[in-house]
Amino acid sequence: MRFLLVEDNVELGEAITGRLSLDGHAVDHAKTLAEAEEWLAVAEYDLMLLDVMLPDGDGREFLRKTRTAERLPVIVLTARSQVSDRVDTLDLGADDYLTKPFDFGELEARCRAVLRRRGTPMPAVIPLGAAFFDPSSGMLTQDGASHTLRNRELRLLEVFARNQGQILSKSQLLDRLFPQDAEVSENAIEVYVGRLRRRLADAGVQIETVRGMGYRMSAP
Amino acid sequence: MSDAARGPFWWRSIGQRLTVLLAAIAAVLAVLSWWMVTSFAREAAERTQDNVLVASATTIAEALRSEQGTILLELPYSAFAMLNAIGEDRVFYRVAAGGETITGYDDLIPPTLPERPGDVAVRTISYRGDQVRVVSVQRTVLAGQQPVPVVVSVGQTRTGVEAIGTGLSRTAAVLSVAFFLLAVGLGAVAANSSLRPLNAFAQAVTRRGPSDLRPLRRKVPDELSPLLIALNRLMERLGQSIRRSEEFIAEAAHRVRTPLATVRAQAELALHTVEKENEKKMLRRVIRAVDESSRSASQLLDHATVSFRAEALARDEVDLADLVVRVAESLSPTAEMKDISFRLDATAPAPVRGDLILLESALRNVLDNSIKYSPGETEVSVTLSQDDPAQWRLTVRDHGRGFSAESLPALTGRFTRGGNVDKIVGSGLGLTIAEDVLIAHGGRLELATPKDGVGACVSLILPAA
Repeated sequence: MRFLLVEDNVELGEAITGRLSLDGHAVDHAKTLAEAEEWLAVAEYDLMLLDVMLPDGDGREFLRKTRTAERLPVIVLTARSQVSDRVDTLDLGADDYLTKPFDFGELEARCRAVLRRRGTPMPAVIPLGAAFFDPSSGMLTQDGASHTLRNRELRLLEVFARNQGQILSKSQLLDRLFPQDAEVSENAIEVYVGRLRRRLADAGVQIETVRGMGYRMSAP
Repeated sequence: MSDAARGPFWWRSIGQRLTVLLAAIAAVLAVLSWWMVTSFAREAAERTQDNVLVASATTIAEALRSEQGTILLELPYSAFAMLNAIGEDRVFYRVAAGGETITGYDDLIPPTLPERPGDVAVRTISYRGDQVRVVSVQRTVLAGQQPVPVVVSVGQTRTGVEAIGTGLSRTAAVLSVAFFLLAVGLGAVAANSSLRPLNAFAQAVTRRGPSDLRPLRRKVPDELSPLLIALNRLMERLGQSIRRSEEFIAEAAHRVRTPLATVRAQAELALHTVEKENEKKMLRRVIRAVDESSRSASQLLDHATVSFRAEALARDEVDLADLVVRVAESLSPTAEMKDISFRLDATAPAPVRGDLILLESALRNVLDNSIKYSPGETEVSVTLSQDDPAQWRLTVRDHGRGFSAESLPALTGRFTRGGNVDKIVGSGLGLTIAEDVLIAHGGRLELATPKDGVGACVSLILPAA
């Protein structure tokens, strides 16, 4: 996906950009509203992440302006108090709202939810052997039959699909799959890998166990 | 309560105080006027009797004549006839020349006698068991060559005068009582009407919503304008302090959260790029610590917001069913991450009166807790029901670890967490916030373990609008 991130804090912006790139997303980082407008004029985005407190103005004001101009989905990032600020931001037309600091898993889940609500068609369908995987909707399609994956299965499959041929350690997968506030044992990964294997049984792709190292997805 | 509340019952109200004071003044004036009318009436009656007695005595004196050195008198009828005008009083008289009684009652001797001709002596004496008014006049009659002073005394009992006095006094008393009652009535009306602006003023203040801090603009009597000005200044200061608190909370949140977000994002990025397991472990600890402090900071700030918003609680109409849908929708990505599904059973409109932001915060905290303490791939259900027409019950049920029986009663206390939370990040303020909100709205929070013993049941109970 292609993101426009509007965030004045440089370190935070870089970290978000870095983390989203890791998942294969393209991110343009604007530090001011003026810069954001320049980016919007030259590029197409799937989603905008907008901080509300910016040096050259209030993000909410900008939101009101861009909302009338185009229908770009917006998730507002805010550091302000959760209770009082939420309502008016959503009233202004943001699709969702995320309070800093946030978990990237949650950001991803919210992006997915926004795009699903908007019905935005996603081009990035990944072929997996005989099956096709659409990460945005969580649909796995094979021979005309579709199956919707649950969220954790979906995220796990997305990691494997984007890193085909590479060995992924259990701990790496664990960090992608579970928020850090939960204490989960590495055995949980085995459960989800087992499920994915059943789902992909007829597609001709395999998730191999690499003893002592982790897992690897490979096409035959 | 205050000083004004002490004292007799009527002293507690300005209106009653004014009425009682006006009545006391009216009573004093009524007694005074009764006394004055009575004494004037008595005096007038007495003076009339005196005048008649003087006229009578003078008529008798005029009738005196002397013949060959002897003083003669033929009592004129008119002298007594005029005395009958006063009433049925008995009349006494004596005509004496140089101490010798010529005619009349010998023993009618007034203590003072006129000394010169033309003088009139008036006295009230006790005579034959009655109070008798006696008037004496002197006239010099020539008995031959000798001028002889003759004193004519005419007395009359006072029954008639007393009767007139008593009658007038009674009439005056009746009139005084009537005037007194009239004055009390008018006093009450006057007190009431002069207090009407005060009552209207009080009502204008009472009718306002709790968060309506605009200055009062209305015409009040001069006496009330200092109160109006003071009240408006107070509301202005209150409004300023609320705005300052809100700005402070927003600013504090911003200052705390932005650097935390940076640390968390950097740590998470690093976690996915480092290879060594012990480095990963350290980074996970950093992230956990950030989550813990950011959660505490948010909830402390939320708690502060809740506390001061609850002070001046808004009373907007809020539909609980609508609220459930919106809060569940906003939390569904969080739930989705753990493959937790929501089941909502809240369709009918469920109106309550209250602060939308606070109610949302209460429900969000409860639902957030349920998601947090539920294992993946379970269900959280939210059911809206009505025990009786006066209250709504919003039950959030999860299939998580539930409440440990020993910590159940204490869980809504500040910073209290259950004994079975393991390593789940939390501040111990979530249920406190929810309970504070519900209590401010006249409701309550109920924690229970479901009948099948799995998970937890949290009920938000609110009075129906």
